[in-house]
Amino acid sequence: MNDARKPGQVGAHYVSDAPFDPGSIEVLSPEQERYFLASQWRLMWWKLKHHRLAIVCAFILLLMYASTLVSEMLAPYDLHSRFSGFIFTPPQRVHLFHEGEFVGPFVYAMNSRLDMENLQRIYTEDTDTLHRLRFFCRGDPYEFWGLFDGDLHLVCPAENGTLFLLGTDRLGRDMLSRIIYGTRISLTIGLIGITISFVLGIVIGGIAGYYGGIIDHVVQRIIEILRSFPELPLWMALSAVLPVNWSPVLIFFGITVILALLDWTGLARAVRSKLLALREEDYCVAAQLMGARPRRIIARHLLPGFFSHLVASATLSIPGMILGETALSFLGLGLRPPVTSWGVLLNEAQNINVVALYPWLMLPVVPVIVVILAFNFFGDGLRDAADPYK
Amino acid sequence: MLRYVIQRLLMMIPTLLVISALVFVIIQLPPGDYLESHIAELQSQGESVDQEKIAFLRHHYGLDKPLYQQYIYWLVGMLQGDFGYSFEYDLPVSDVVGDRLLLTVLVSVFTIIFTWLIAFPIGLYSATHQYSWGDYGLTLLGFIGLATPNFLLALVMLYLANVWFGTSIGGLMDARYIDQPWSWGKFVSILEHLWIPVIVIGTAGTAGMIRRLRANLLDELQKQYVVTGRAKGLPPFKLLTKYPLRMALNFFIADIGSLLPSVISGAEVTAVVLSLPTTGPMLLGALQSQDMYLAGSFLMFLATLTVIGVLLSDLALAVLDPRIRLQGGNP
Repeated sequence: MNDARKPGQVGAHYVSDAPFDPGSIEVLSPEQERYFLASQWRLMWWKLKHHRLAIVCAFILLLMYASTLVSEMLAPYDLHSRFSGFIFTPPQRVHLFHEGEFVGPFVYAMNSRLDMENLQRIYTEDTDTLHRLRFFCRGDPYEFWGLFDGDLHLVCPAENGTLFLLGTDRLGRDMLSRIIYGTRISLTIGLIGITISFVLGIVIGGIAGYYGGIIDHVVQRIIEILRSFPELPLWMALSAVLPVNWSPVLIFFGITVILALLDWTGLARAVRSKLLALREEDYCVAAQLMGARPRRIIARHLLPGFFSHLVASATLSIPGMILGETALSFLGLGLRPPVTSWGVLLNEAQNINVVALYPWLMLPVVPVIVVILAFNFFGDGLRDAADPYK
Repeated sequence: MLRYVIQRLLMMIPTLLVISALVFVIIQLPPGDYLESHIAELQSQGESVDQEKIAFLRHHYGLDKPLYQQYIYWLVGMLQGDFGYSFEYDLPVSDVVGDRLLLTVLVSVFTIIFTWLIAFPIGLYSATHQYSWGDYGLTLLGFIGLATPNFLLALVMLYLANVWFGTSIGGLMDARYIDQPWSWGKFVSILEHLWIPVIVIGTAGTAGMIRRLRANLLDELQKQYVVTGRAKGLPPFKLLTKYPLRMALNFFIADIGSLLPSVISGAEVTAVVLSLPTTGPMLLGALQSQDMYLAGSFLMFLATLTVIGVLLSDLALAVLDPRIRLQGGNP
């Protein structure tokens, strides 16, 4: 078709005069915007929410840690209360009905008799005497966190009655109370230990990954050697070295440090490999050119990029520490009474007589298994959520 | 291949040197030397101290020399088969140890085989039936094994075997074979007693193995050649066994490196509970009584065992996997 227009003349075509925004194609819907602008932690949380098992486990762990804050109130008895008339009492059952009649929670009184033939204490329930449980009641006095005195308990036995829900040990101490107090020590040892090994891992792995070269080589070899060493014998050797005259609290910290000393290698490795990859990124080079010092580059620019990942791997190494403490204390090389952890409690269950005669002394293993499982599943979920490539 | 083997063997030397230095530092950490505490103990029991013997031991083990010289003495002694002197037993360490090292190796090897036998089918099933009930159930079972402290499992097994079979399974052989020379009967007796510690120690490592095998196999199953094979109509079983499984098998060998330390750790505690005549109970005793030469040689032995185990797994891997062999061990 021949164009009759002269040069410069505007053709007759339609131009909309409605206002136009050139960026309109790239405008994000509110949901998209929320997603794209979300911080790493927020993304992780969204992903974790869908991992139901991990959430349940996180909840269990939260409850257990919360219980350590108020152990004194939760435990029916004090850690050291002894009942010389109730040695190796089997667990007492809580009943609700007495002879078909609803009474509310109560336990039957325990009668003990010494079987002179076997020299064994035999406990029988006296179904005529009812001991009703009391709630939010005054019981054994305690010093709450060493700060102020109190005697309020969640549940206490009836006046003149006993309440040994999980039985008693060889000194007539209530197992349930001891397990509740033991939670405090066993769970903190994992937390303090992981904090120490976290710091060690980040510092050593950070130095190796950032500088590379010969430092990296040396650190790598050290990590390899430490990892090839069987952990438990080394832990045993190190805790045998702790002086006998140290106070139980000092021993507690000594053991924690020992557990942490061998555990940082995994984290250091993760930090190193991530740093090696990230330090080639443009933003890192830019920071270098602007004259930032290595410490600042590592801490401000590189670490935040994979910190969530590190937290996940750290969570997965807590159970190893808790099991390690339990094994050491069981062998008598770990914590020493009066510091009470699950391992110290299990130390009492060391021979086959216990399994045959007083199986309730092995009950501290239940919280151990629960906590280890919970940490493993929660850590798994956390790691999946922290992995940006899945 | 030969170059790789030599390279790998040479790498062992610095590793073992560092480990020996580490062990030496640990056994030197308690204040005072062994002879001092030994003399103090003897005197407190009212026994006389043979000064000549003490002086001889002090000189022989170089306890009057500076630390670095003591270390060299200890190291050179070990190379010549002199592991030091056990003060508790009043005998050279090598006489005290006896069969224990061999039995530890035996328990460890059987445990690893057991772990493989359990973990392999479960890992295979879990990977091919991802997110099924079977996957969850078996994984949970493995985790429970991981979470149960070895020593408690050992106690319960000890009790159950007593109730069900009426036998005492403590120890690693019938009482009449203890301290007897090796014979066929003794060997059979050991095999009869071996299964309890093997199960107890094995359960702890199985979960990790299952999880790693599952992850590895899943990675492999998502690769394109599997998709191609499936698209071309390869039967599912053959598709699994032809390549992905073989890749996963390599990893099985490679995993000894992470399995062995945990097996040996577990074996130590379990041995104490079951009173096995392996290194466990004696190491514990030596540590408690600060009989440090004995403890030191045990630590050194356990570490060497791991290093050699890892070496063997590396060599086996090199035979299986040409990629490793051809890269000369620098992946």
